[in-house]
Amino acid sequence: MTNNELQTLIEPWFPNLEFSEEASQFLNITVPKEHLHELMLQLRNTPETQFDYLFCETGIDWGETLGVIYHLRSRKHGHEMVVKVHTSDRQNASIDTVCDIWRTAELHEREIHDLFGISFNNHPNMNVLILPENWEGYPLRKDYVDEINMIIR
Amino acid sequence: MAQETIVKDPFKTEEYMINMGPQHPATHGVLRLLLTIDGEIIKKVEPDLGFIHRSIEKMCERDSYQQIVHLTDRMDYLSSHINNEAVCLAVENALELEVPERVKVIRTIIGELTRIASHTLWWGVMGMDLGALTTYFYGFRDRELINDIFEETCGARLTMNYNIPGGLMFDIHPNFVQRTKDFVKHFKTKLPEYDQLLTGNIIFQKRMKGVGVLSKEDAISYGVSGPVARGSGVESDIRKIHPYSAFDRVNFKEPLYTTGDSFSRYKVRIDEMWESLSIIEQLIDNIPEGDYKVATKAVIKLPKGEFYQRVETARGELGVYINSDGKKNPYRVKFRSPGFSNLSALNHMAVGSKIGDLVAMMATLDLVVPDIDR
Repeated sequence: MTNNELQTLIEPWFPNLEFSEEASQFLNITVPKEHLHELMLQLRNTPETQFDYLFCETGIDWGETLGVIYHLRSRKHGHEMVVKVHTSDRQNASIDTVCDIWRTAELHEREIHDLFGISFNNHPNMNVLILPENWEGYPLRKDYVDEINMIIR
Repeated sequence: MAQETIVKDPFKTEEYMINMGPQHPATHGVLRLLLTIDGEIIKKVEPDLGFIHRSIEKMCERDSYQQIVHLTDRMDYLSSHINNEAVCLAVENALELEVPERVKVIRTIIGELTRIASHTLWWGVMGMDLGALTTYFYGFRDRELINDIFEETCGARLTMNYNIPGGLMFDIHPNFVQRTKDFVKHFKTKLPEYDQLLTGNIIFQKRMKGVGVLSKEDAISYGVSGPVARGSGVESDIRKIHPYSAFDRVNFKEPLYTTGDSFSRYKVRIDEMWESLSIIEQLIDNIPEGDYKVATKAVIKLPKGEFYQRVETARGELGVYINSDGKKNPYRVKFRSPGFSNLSALNHMAVGSKIGDLVAMMATLDLVVPDIDR
């Protein structure tokens, strides 16, 4: 499916989906976080879309909000797409897990939890993966200050 | 009383936990696996990462694009050239910079040599993990010849830093073509020895066949890529799906095996070495003349936007996600490393098998720990 066909198909599924192709090689969908899990499930299960391969999951700090970016591919149809989700609560950031849909997300989400402090609802194991257990702060956030190893340019 | 219990339930066993690593010869690096076992049967494998986490993604936010290339050597150090290429391609695509044909062909040849070097090392070390020490010497003997070629052309044997955005750091050494041809000729006589020595060995086959089975559906769900995916019958070769550099003009097969066990992953890598040799042969006589780089500005600034570039390393799909806000350093860089996703399937593969088989599974997953930790 082309990006336009995908957009026409997916647009009516949920309210408040934002589509963009600007400055990216993929079709980008920004979804409100309460619809994330339903949308992802539908993207995988609908025969026309069939996004069965989650090939990248990225945490990102937008400044005001924290977000997660999902790169999806359909092995059958060959089309690819990006789904983005935001949360404005930086203190207790939480987003629904997708690791019941694509099991590769389990480790990716634990890494994002460590480095960005986003916790994933319904995740089977949200323990620390990379950082030491007593580590404070979230290293990949933009407001993180590492006082010991700070490099000033 | 105690004696009575023993008589009633003579085979009562208990689950307990044991550490495999961080310093264990079979983890090939500082990877810690927390095993829950009952007797010798594995109930759960939980990886604990971060022993060599250097936060390369954070360092990238500080560095310029030329500097990022050098950091990627240190992720999957056995595919260093291909990692460099991924970042260079991402930057070149973002700048809409067309590199000379010569660069594309040289990058492809060295990339395939890197793949062979990585697979020979894997083959040697895997044999050693299973107790066949001879393979180690055979594998390293042949890898050494490739490293010598790299040393002559790139100046380094392992972390090559040969790619720069816009082309190559310098032209190939005058001996490069001849030495590569000599190597191909030599390795074609040595690769059948690999099969004679190990593949047909009955002890080896019994330890590999039916061990660590990963079905096609699970392979897709766990997002595995590279030889691990192809061993489960999943077509995942980025060189075929999204050809880059000179892969659009060469003929090669993507080896696929459907059983999904350790032996099929082993066979995929052996077949891949043959395919790499074929790719090198198709290109080595036809390296186009021309420049080895195009001029770029001293300070590279990418336009605003998001850029994603994939390459096929020796372990699978490496993705580079660059989010640029138009400055000289990126806003966010993410490396989707193949080892990280392949590791996520390990628990699923290992449950119900024995510790000795776990070593065989890890060997055929071909984990490189710096690639997982980044």
